[in-house]
Amino acid sequence: MARLTAENVELATEIIGRYPRPKSALIPLLHLAQEQDGHLTDDAMTHIADLVDVTPAEVLGTASFYEMFKMEPVGRYMVNICTNISCQLMGGEELLEHAESTLGIRPGQTTADGLFTIEDVECIAACTEAPCLQVNYRYFHKITNGEFDQLVSELRSGARSDIPAHGTLAQVRQHIPADRQAGSVVPENTEVPVWLPVSEDGNA
Amino acid sequence: MTIDVPRIITSRFDRDDSFTLSGYEATGGYQALRKALASSPQAVADEVKAASLLGRGGAGFPAGVKWGLAPENVWPRYLVVNGDESEPGTYKDRMLMELDPHQLIEGVLLACYGIGCGQAFLYVRGEMALAQERIAQALNDAYAAGYVGKNILGTNFSVDVILTWGAGAYIVGEETALIESLEGNRGMPRLKPPFFPAAKGLYMQPTIVNNVETLSNLPWIINNGGEAFAALGAETSRGTRMFAVSGHVKTPGVFEVEYGVTTFRDLIYKPEYAGGILGDRELKAFIPGGASAPWFFEEHLDLPLEKVTVDRAGSMLGSGAIVVMDETTDAVKACLRVVRFFARESCGKCTPCREGTTWLEQILQRIYDGFGRPTDLDLLMDVSDNISPGITWPPKQTTICPLGPSAVSPIASAMKRFRPEFEARIAFAEQNRSSVPVDFPKAASHA
Repeated sequence: MARLTAENVELATEIIGRYPRPKSALIPLLHLAQEQDGHLTDDAMTHIADLVDVTPAEVLGTASFYEMFKMEPVGRYMVNICTNISCQLMGGEELLEHAESTLGIRPGQTTADGLFTIEDVECIAACTEAPCLQVNYRYFHKITNGEFDQLVSELRSGARSDIPAHGTLAQVRQHIPADRQAGSVVPENTEVPVWLPVSEDGNA
Repeated sequence: MTIDVPRIITSRFDRDDSFTLSGYEATGGYQALRKALASSPQAVADEVKAASLLGRGGAGFPAGVKWGLAPENVWPRYLVVNGDESEPGTYKDRMLMELDPHQLIEGVLLACYGIGCGQAFLYVRGEMALAQERIAQALNDAYAAGYVGKNILGTNFSVDVILTWGAGAYIVGEETALIESLEGNRGMPRLKPPFFPAAKGLYMQPTIVNNVETLSNLPWIINNGGEAFAALGAETSRGTRMFAVSGHVKTPGVFEVEYGVTTFRDLIYKPEYAGGILGDRELKAFIPGGASAPWFFEEHLDLPLEKVTVDRAGSMLGSGAIVVMDETTDAVKACLRVVRFFARESCGKCTPCREGTTWLEQILQRIYDGFGRPTDLDLLMDVSDNISPGITWPPKQTTICPLGPSAVSPIASAMKRFRPEFEARIAFAEQNRSSVPVDFPKAASHA
């Protein structure tokens, strides 16, 4: 149950600085907290509220709207199986049933060893590769039951170092060097952009 | 100009280094930006207008016209890139972000230059970790090379492009909901009017929201001219467009084709595209433009993939997602699955959608489970009518955004064409009254 670490506060400050309004950084910061702890803790959300200058209730209000944010601990590997129309037509529901019986859990549940959570998710934009799934938001296309079992055993044995623990999304972060930054444009800045030619009426 | 295979936005997809700066520069990357900076912002806007580029997100609104809707004399303006691709069946923006992120970034810069946007926000769907990674790397490289940020390529054009991302909510693909999300709020749509983003968008400032595919076309348009783009395709649908063909086909895939010319039959049956129905079975129905679109049938196969034609025929090309269902498809099951999606994704702001989609799902679920009542079919239509009065196309709505009416599309389609399947399930339920679900005989649904 942790507030953001000093290193993450530094990252958070950099992220907040890119937006005209601090609250716009809220979702990226919640992801950062989830990356740190695997799920969203109350302490982290309270800390983020301080950082973006809103109340903890507002942070929870936003966080609770979005499916990727988990308020309770989940497995190290979040296995999201698509059952939407294109996947349903190609066996997505059968794949989900197979996953349920293989792991002995229902969607939303976590295995006793804390390794796997499965979810029955909506379309993840891999429709031509049905049935598809994601493990911690990494794609696996046209998955057979056998391939699913193999994936599970690879994850169990720690052979999939390419898949970080739940909470980590992109492993490359945007970083804008200070000397290259154009700077955030706040809504109060009503100047005409300098590259626009100004006509006689003062308009671009 | 003539091109044999019109590949505008997918031209680099076959290259292993398509997503790198060096690969992009080696294939003409950032030349359009240089060209634009040597001319005026107005010239960029004029080329986009001449191209008659329709938005590729779903609504198909002309991009050049959208740009022109920002009120004069109101600054700052923002550009928001909609990369929240999540319409079921749609798979194209993710490809463009993963495989050619620099093309998108160059498109963003051209748009900012042409519109006069002070800052751009590239909103990627939360679930797309690789797309976020590729764009982050591309932006870092582009900043270092002087293409993005302060004094771009030594000119007075300066703009930051900020990578931002969501956290799982289909509704955020709706532009005002996306803006809410970008302001750190729950992603609920705003009422239009007054909150048309071009007038009152991000932080209540003029904001142009463009789709990833739309913006990815801009480098080609600036390099080759709007007229060359408009020379491709049909009168009301210019250029090329990406279509994802999924479901019961032999070679599902994402294909860039000349817009307005290729037919559904071409795309579904031709060997260079989806290659025909699996097992050479018969076509039962297909969704022409994502889960929100009313279904099409055999008689629609020869329609061209052209906006106005498809609109008139009672559906839409939407997000370029074609989902093919063969004769073995259970219409009730497919309909239930699509409706369930909208019920799960309803944001809850408007009562007809929040309550209505849930009702529709529950009624369909009980029909499917063998507990349907004879009155259920009328009830389905009645609830649908409350969400979308008259159940017409284009749909009317009692809601702020089109999500609610979208749930009506599969019901109206399936009931119109496959009503006997629903009736058979209900009749079966009547004959087998039981407190536990009884397996519906599979053959009966395709008799």
